[in-house]
Amino acid sequence: MLLLAGCGGDNDSGGEELTELGKGEGQVNLISWAGYVEPEWSKPFEKKTGCKVNNKVAGTSDEMVQLMRSGQYDGVSASGNATARLVDGGDVDPVNVDLVPNYKTIFDDLKDQPYNTFDGVHYGIPHGRGANLLMWNSDDVSPAPTSWDVMLDPEVASKYKGKISAYDDPIYIADAAVYLKTHQPDLGIEDPYELNEEQFEAAVNLLKEQQPLVGEYWSDAAKQISAFAGGDSTVGTTWQYQYFALQEEGEPVAASPASQGFLPKEGATGWSDTWMLSSEAAHPNCMYMWMDWIVEPKVNAQVAEYFGEAPAQSLSCDETAEADFCAKYHADNPGFWKRVYYWQTPLADCGNGSSNCKDYNDWVQAWTSIKG
Amino acid sequence: MSRRLASFFNGRPRLQAGALLAGPIGWLVIGYLGSLAVLLIAAFWTVDPLSGEVIQGFSLENFETLFDEPVYRDIVGRTVLIAAAVTLTDAVLAFPVAFYMAKLASRRGKAILVVAVLLPLWSSYLVKVYAWRTMLSADGVLNWALEPFGLHGPGFGETAVWLVMSYLWLPYMVLPIYAGLERIPDSLISASEDLGASPLTTFRRVILPLVFPAVVAGSIFTFSLTLGDYITPRLVSNTQFIGNAVFNNIVNNLPFASALALVPIVVMVAYLLVARRLGAFEHV
Repeated sequence: MLLLAGCGGDNDSGGEELTELGKGEGQVNLISWAGYVEPEWSKPFEKKTGCKVNNKVAGTSDEMVQLMRSGQYDGVSASGNATARLVDGGDVDPVNVDLVPNYKTIFDDLKDQPYNTFDGVHYGIPHGRGANLLMWNSDDVSPAPTSWDVMLDPEVASKYKGKISAYDDPIYIADAAVYLKTHQPDLGIEDPYELNEEQFEAAVNLLKEQQPLVGEYWSDAAKQISAFAGGDSTVGTTWQYQYFALQEEGEPVAASPASQGFLPKEGATGWSDTWMLSSEAAHPNCMYMWMDWIVEPKVNAQVAEYFGEAPAQSLSCDETAEADFCAKYHADNPGFWKRVYYWQTPLADCGNGSSNCKDYNDWVQAWTSIKG
Repeated sequence: MSRRLASFFNGRPRLQAGALLAGPIGWLVIGYLGSLAVLLIAAFWTVDPLSGEVIQGFSLENFETLFDEPVYRDIVGRTVLIAAAVTLTDAVLAFPVAFYMAKLASRRGKAILVVAVLLPLWSSYLVKVYAWRTMLSADGVLNWALEPFGLHGPGFGETAVWLVMSYLWLPYMVLPIYAGLERIPDSLISASEDLGASPLTTFRRVILPLVFPAVVAGSIFTFSLTLGDYITPRLVSNTQFIGNAVFNNIVNNLPFASALALVPIVVMVAYLLVARRLGAFEHV
């Protein structure tokens, strides 16, 4: 049974919301980040619902958008720098959260966020989140840095020339904007994803100055782990996953301590992923069942521990195999997340009425010229 | 039925060839040239900056960006330069190996060498690049081996890209040169010697002209493979190749990515024209 609900965003397709869950269609086609759909929890799902899981792993947000536009998938675990693009492009449909019972107990600070709710309409189910930490090799970097200036202030950073590890994606421009927000307040940066010409130029120039100092731009976690383990990088921006993986390997890596709220003083960028429903989904019922399954307390704990991120489900913290997992990843520490700027798609619409902000296409072009 | 079909084709050689080639040629025209044509057309399209949707009209905007933005000139120049360096390196490295294989090695030695040259092609491309990444890293085996001499490896960067690509594509240069040298009768070399030519003159006046088409054939492989690569630059450097720029744009600005993708095609066409000028295809 389908019912027409309020149309979200400015797309023309979609807008229809399921009001009642029907029988499963026998299978579901997913696009996900590596580690989000693993047999440990997808097999029990298949058994329980009869929906066979076909998963396609994507490496970047861009790839996810591209795959979703093929119309062959039912859903995607989209990061905030993809969600608005998918909504705007009419590639995804609103999600009726009443059909996802486990949604109720999801952490409140993940609900109704600008990257998963558009014009008051829910477009997905939060999956988990992480922050981009500052990590360094404590043998080579001392004193322990308290600011991103070790990577971004040319004077400080030149000490680590050739050993700096930066994230290889246009969205990294936001990291420079977060830094400038504190250090050049006269630029008036509010949101690092909504930058006008002047702010954008300042951020891009900062990264152009950083470029000759960068040892490596990393895009996959394995590459950065090998660079830190092999001595090619000594300071960089990282995910919690690499930080803990390197610690387990016995590498002398460190990240901002509790006394600084686990983040450099400027705060940091981060990501919050959302399971979204394709507007061309051939198996919407199975997709709804999957969205509920993935935030089931036990499953969400499994995924979070497997991937190395904070679970979205508040009840998951009692289910983790590692007792202090949620504390380690700050899952239940809203103070930590207040200082994290989740990835969002840069749009021309600045959100404050003016539409002179740089859109994602500008970010991509600028990123190419930053790397040279 | 089959008998009737056989008698139908009997004595009609043109029809025979046509029936045989219909499949492959159809695939080539539709699947290969067709997609190239789409690429060419898409390069003139644009993207609406607000909705991000592709506008299917005619515009030179993408090419203007390509020429006006200095970064793309840098990227194209760098890619072509490294591709040329890799080709030259491979030609210099491959020639002695191929010559030994073709003219000096015993039957058994020849077989072993051919297998040895082919062996790296049996393992995955990614494994090989990652292996080089480990070797070239600061704590890697290369620096370890060079340290006693007070030397340092190149580290990650353009030099690393050149090294890794030269390694990756070397078999594609060795094999054509080997095949080319095999075809030169030993008697020609003997004759040159008998007529009093020094080994160098024999090489310059007899061997090189005869084997040149094979070198060009190999160079087309090494040059075009380097030109189109984008994973190696990503793994062992911060350098951007044309492929990386295409990759960056493929989701948000497919028309611009198409325009960029035309650059290697144009470069290859120019390369082939020059090769023909040099007489590379005359003895084939």
